[in-house]
Amino acid sequence: MPVVPLQTQMQHLGWRAGFGEGLPEIRSWMKKRRKEVVRKVILGPSDAPSPIRVVDETDLPDYRRQRNMGAEERKMVQRLNTDGIKDLNVLWSHAMITSDHPLREKMALFWHGHFACRTQNVLFNQQLLDTIRRHGLGNFGTLLSEVSKSPAMLGFLNNQQNRKQRPNENFAREVMELFTLGRGNYTEKDVKESARAFTGWGYNDMGEFQFRKNVHDDGPKTILGKTGNYNGDDVINILLEQKQTAKFISGKIYRYFVHENGNEAHEHELAEKFYRSGYDLRALMEHIFMADWFYDDSIVGSRIKSPVELIVGLRRAVPMRFEQEEAMLVFQRVLGQTLFYPPNVAGWPGGRNWIDSSSLMFRLRVPQIILYSQEFNIRPKEITPEMGEGQNYKMTMQVNELLKKQYARRVNAQVDWQPYLDGFKEVKREELAESIAQSLLVRSKGIDRALLEKYSDASSRENYIKTVTIDVMSTPEYQMC
Amino acid sequence: MLIHRRRFLQVGSLASASLMLPKFLKAMEQGNFVPPGNKVLVVVQLSGGNDGLNTVVPYRNDIYYKLRPQLGIRRNDALALNDELGIHPALKTFKSLYDDGSLGVLNNVGYPNPDRSHFRSMDIWQSASDSKDYWGTGWLGRFLDAQCKGCDKPTQALEIDDTLSLALKGNDVKGLALTDPQRLYGASNDRYFRDLLAKQQHDDEHHNVDYLYKTMAETISSAGYIQQQFKTYKSKESYPNTELGKNMKTIAELIMTDINTSVYYVSHGSFDTHVGQQNQQQRLFSQLSDALAPFVADLKKNHRFEDVLVMTFSEFGRRVAQNASGGTDHGTANNMFLVGGGLKEKGILNDGPNLTDLKDGDLQFKVDFKSVYATLLKKWLGADDAAILQQSYEHLSFI
Repeated sequence: MPVVPLQTQMQHLGWRAGFGEGLPEIRSWMKKRRKEVVRKVILGPSDAPSPIRVVDETDLPDYRRQRNMGAEERKMVQRLNTDGIKDLNVLWSHAMITSDHPLREKMALFWHGHFACRTQNVLFNQQLLDTIRRHGLGNFGTLLSEVSKSPAMLGFLNNQQNRKQRPNENFAREVMELFTLGRGNYTEKDVKESARAFTGWGYNDMGEFQFRKNVHDDGPKTILGKTGNYNGDDVINILLEQKQTAKFISGKIYRYFVHENGNEAHEHELAEKFYRSGYDLRALMEHIFMADWFYDDSIVGSRIKSPVELIVGLRRAVPMRFEQEEAMLVFQRVLGQTLFYPPNVAGWPGGRNWIDSSSLMFRLRVPQIILYSQEFNIRPKEITPEMGEGQNYKMTMQVNELLKKQYARRVNAQVDWQPYLDGFKEVKREELAESIAQSLLVRSKGIDRALLEKYSDASSRENYIKTVTIDVMSTPEYQMC
Repeated sequence: MLIHRRRFLQVGSLASASLMLPKFLKAMEQGNFVPPGNKVLVVVQLSGGNDGLNTVVPYRNDIYYKLRPQLGIRRNDALALNDELGIHPALKTFKSLYDDGSLGVLNNVGYPNPDRSHFRSMDIWQSASDSKDYWGTGWLGRFLDAQCKGCDKPTQALEIDDTLSLALKGNDVKGLALTDPQRLYGASNDRYFRDLLAKQQHDDEHHNVDYLYKTMAETISSAGYIQQQFKTYKSKESYPNTELGKNMKTIAELIMTDINTSVYYVSHGSFDTHVGQQNQQQRLFSQLSDALAPFVADLKKNHRFEDVLVMTFSEFGRRVAQNASGGTDHGTANNMFLVGGGLKEKGILNDGPNLTDLKDGDLQFKVDFKSVYATLLKKWLGADDAAILQQSYEHLSFI
């Protein structure tokens, strides 16, 4: 089993457990034992992250009145919601960029796709985000229960309409198919009976979970071989008793954090451990990051970054501020992953699904669009003599124009290069290109040194580092982690 | 020069078709033979849920006017198709296509257990899945998978847009999105990218990197190919200066070249007319009608109208009754237009909507849209529809 060099191992860990780490951080990890890095740095303290809040419950209009609102007021509420969801997106992205414990945000991002949900209500979104950030690295049972009781999910999956007299199976079906067992591990009868157990689960006008006893069916139900007068909590417990749930969840985590193709032996190992631990996610992740197979040559650098990972990773590597932070949403939209707007209940399919001709070409241009949009001493390389006609720049401007036209704003980034440049202080001039490529790419063997030289601006050490960096970020290899 | 090139293409197509000689001779007997590779499908997506009842109007139906006292299209305003149905007054081109025998109207198209969410229902239409399934590939993407494994230029399906829709994403092959061939060419013809590609080292263990390089290489080569083809024909028709007008012009200009594209995909909208439907639908229909007129004229002049089929669809129709804001809310079954010189059946293809047989105030579907796809895939594009749709659906007889 070929294991990759130590620096590559740590970079791999930094990417899979987060959104990539800069050279100084990687160097400090290299001096520690793997166990120490994983336990102290990656998993971090177990207290809850500080919540992301854009609205208070009291900011919102009284839901009881919503039905009687006039057109103007309704419009205002809609706007409040849309803007609020935008703000949530921006703030959560920032948490990913700046977090000291990125694994938490990474787990939340994973759960954001697993518990895919769309709601136009900003408060519901805020609550659900809080749940997946608080419990994303905690106990899966707690996470499942809280998500299932969130107004966002209950509303999205129509459980508000699930009543004794007229059961709605949508919620029960998705809880089994997408959240716990996976298709083929339950019968239609199980869905029907579980739907009956979930009758009465809903939320009130204030956006709080509510059990409406009068519409609950309290008769006996038979679910996955067990019979009783079950309610929603009972169903969740029955689902957690099924080993298949541990298998399904750990398998999905394996394919997200390790390799999209899966591995029967490794997944079996994880499922057993996960089930025995009573669904302890922290222990599961520790096991993965400690395993030698996690650092195998066939795993490292095999994953295509999602659009959010790509943009967050880039901004984590080189600190910057966008004049209009909503530009983040433009990138997400163009590349096909807008937070809070998963394509359907199954979440983002990921992998090669991110890539088509236009999305790939745009991905390759993202570093230029961002980093050349406002630059002090880097001239866009296209107008240097060796680059010819300047198509590069023109395209960048065209894309900018396009975005401007569509979204009436432009990506003006205030880039703080200093911390990034400092990371290369000790590196000799002739080793710079290699060092930059190595630090930005989890696997660097693909990039040709002569090519980087050819397109670099060698007028100063600083410009050299910047141009090489942008060019390395503009490669297919940078799409991988 | 242009004629010469086209002749060359036809010889090529005939030569490759000679393997299936009996079928080819049979087609010749029918007198309208066109090499199968030359058939083109243009999908026009009416995004947002177009109100089908005000598109093809049941203008002799009392229930229609009772449920739509303000919103109903008045009998005198509708452009009559037959005794029961008329077409929205802004869709003039469609009316003349109807008179011309180049329009098919398919009523009551939908699917079982309809979903009223825009994005979910659009997903279902684009992926052609059942409403309980979630598929990550589109019906045209899987067509590409089946047709062009190992194609050197994945330009068989083009979407005229900035980003690619699910409909055109296959497992292995994906369509290409572009708004402007010139701009696509400019974007991909970057020396750094070209150099990167030339220097790329094959790394077999990491298929995904290879996949990215392969996609990059194909994009660069496709962009060059499209640009090269695009230069060979400039339309003399005058298209409206709307987004759809420009897009239809791009499609027409590409169709008239020797490009290997058989599917074009374009969107128009938004038809989500909860409020003030009358004006919005009127405006969007005028744009649609005005963009289609020069498009059809272009095709006719170049003798390509028989080979091109335009299909319109929307993710759902709207409720039969108007709402309180001068609009309509999300509904279910809807109609589809089929436009082309090669239609075998024309006019109103099936019974109009039955307003006495509603389900919770909604129209009930009679034709599964997957049947329409199956028909187009099999009879128009010559593909294995059952494999692509992962199920056999009844074939319709409009082509």
